[in-house]
Amino acid sequence: MLGSGIIQGLAVTAKNFVGSFHDPARYTTQEYPEVLPTLPENYRNFPFLVTENATDPMGTMRCVACQICEKECPPQCIYIEKSKDKKPDANGKMQLYPAVFDIDTSVCMSCQICVEVCPFDAIKMDQVFAIAATDRFTGLLLDRAQLAKPNSYYHTIHPTEATEVDARLAEEKRIAEEKAKAAAAAKAAAPAKALPGDLSRDAGRATDPGLAKASNRVPGQTPAGQQAGTVPSPSNAAGAPAGPAPKPTSPTMKPPGAGGPAASGS
Amino acid sequence: MISAAPESFLERLPLLAGDLIARVVPAPLLWFVTSLIAIVAILAIFGLLFAFLTLAERKILGRIQNRPGPNRTGYFGLLQPFADGIKMLIKEDIVPRDADQVLHYLAPVVLVSLALMTFAVLPFGRHLVPVELDTAVLYFFAAGAATELAVFMAGWASHNKYSLLAAMRALAQLISYELPLLLSVVPVVMLAGTLSTTGIVAAQGGWKFGFIPHWYVFTPWGFAGFLIFFTAALAESNRSPFDLPEAESELIAGHLTEYSGFKYALFFMAEYFGMTALCGMGVTLFLGGWQAPCAFLEVIPSYLWFFAKLLTLLVLFMWIRGTLPRLRIDQLTRFAWKFLVPLALINLGTVAFWHLTVGWGGALQLARWALALVFVIVPFVLIGRRLSAGVAPRTYRYAP
Repeated sequence: MLGSGIIQGLAVTAKNFVGSFHDPARYTTQEYPEVLPTLPENYRNFPFLVTENATDPMGTMRCVACQICEKECPPQCIYIEKSKDKKPDANGKMQLYPAVFDIDTSVCMSCQICVEVCPFDAIKMDQVFAIAATDRFTGLLLDRAQLAKPNSYYHTIHPTEATEVDARLAEEKRIAEEKAKAAAAAKAAAPAKALPGDLSRDAGRATDPGLAKASNRVPGQTPAGQQAGTVPSPSNAAGAPAGPAPKPTSPTMKPPGAGGPAASGS
Repeated sequence: MISAAPESFLERLPLLAGDLIARVVPAPLLWFVTSLIAIVAILAIFGLLFAFLTLAERKILGRIQNRPGPNRTGYFGLLQPFADGIKMLIKEDIVPRDADQVLHYLAPVVLVSLALMTFAVLPFGRHLVPVELDTAVLYFFAAGAATELAVFMAGWASHNKYSLLAAMRALAQLISYELPLLLSVVPVVMLAGTLSTTGIVAAQGGWKFGFIPHWYVFTPWGFAGFLIFFTAALAESNRSPFDLPEAESELIAGHLTEYSGFKYALFFMAEYFGMTALCGMGVTLFLGGWQAPCAFLEVIPSYLWFFAKLLTLLVLFMWIRGTLPRLRIDQLTRFAWKFLVPLALINLGTVAFWHLTVGWGGALQLARWALALVFVIVPFVLIGRRLSAGVAPRTYRYAP
């Protein structure tokens, strides 16, 4: 009969009206400033720079100012200036560091390409929900000090991904140390061969066994398989501790004649 | 039929206030002062009611959509209407360069004043009628119909072809629904034998068996008439699902396109005033006005009963707004001319029958009810079936 549909509709809305008072499952909204949203682990918006140590963020930044992210960034929101001097990194190897590292978050499109191309796991995606600034020019242009956040923070926002990254870095460090030991043993066994090793050390950073990690993952034309290692996925959590073996090397980027067998072996 | 029990102090409060004023104010000025007080009281009460209706509407719509509605300004968002008012007041008032300046300015003013004028004849309580007119019903609908003029004024003065077209469409709707609205009122006037609103309310006094009130809505023709009146009132006050003149999502507010700031707020105010007045008229005509539903409930003052019924109807308006989607213009006019008008005309016959069979008693009384119900239900079903033939139920072939 005409009008029965109207009555059914009224019943539905009446149910909603009453239900919203006593049934929390119906009530879909959150009182935002009081109740902060629980973000999913894979939520991301703007990049930040990972540092090893919370107490000395500028000194223990993983970034070596290789400028790959700056070149890859589609909207070109990253600006990096290399340092003039070098500082030791986590493996004790002397590295450049970014004297200036700016990200214009008003330009950033949160694509995560900088994270995927970074060979040093130095830049990761942040989870800042309330992004607002009173000044759109300086307020949204984040500098090095604002971007640097400790690895422990990375663990709190993306635990799965951070564990995987840590395991990979530890594995790479272990392999590098083994190689260094082997190289030292070889050097001790054959002192005559020490000279070329010293020369190649000056020739390029990748020669150092401690930097096998870096040379292993120097990208540029980063293969897709390597990118897959950095994007969060549940299967990686289990696969990561097994070692960084699946990552193919990219020998084209390496300095000529620098530790080729060592890099491909890892 | 007014009960002979001594009236409570609260009930007699308007009378006492009137006496007090008569004692203070010199006699030649008395009519002026009393009408002024009535105007101020109506402006204050219904202005506040308008403010909180907007809040209630947003709250109710929110709850219907499982969200809280405004709750930031003051406790439960109680200050929200005032925040909205301040916002509207400090907004820039933009008038198109080519607009008819005078008409553009006058349209919202005329609309609000005409909407307010309708309140004058509503009997809010036993002793609370601003103006006692013998032809109150006629006056009410005349003033209500004049708002259509203001709508067209707004559309014309905007110097905007879309506003003008929207105003014409609004006129088409308002005039279409004016007819069933008035036709559904005629039976009440026929049976009460008076055009005075106080007389109509008095005719609905008393209780059958002591608990069934003699409200017109509890008769077959009265129920049908109330439904027709209510539907037509929804359309007359531009409320969803008949809010085509505005149609925010489709028409950028139709004839209101070129209005901004407080003029726009005035249109909203007029909509709510019109809605409230029509609900008040519906209460007066069909729901027994200020009459209490039971004898023992008469301790509650009559004006509270009136406002309780009024608020019930207003909440019903909001409930319907939260439920039904907007009609198309052809559906809208077809519904008026092919459904409401014939039903209202048939209802006239039903009430004539009801009026002629007043003397029937006993078993004949049952026959009277049965016949009247048949007169109401059969046309409804038949015309309704024809109206929706070939239209419903709709099958969506390409949607899941």
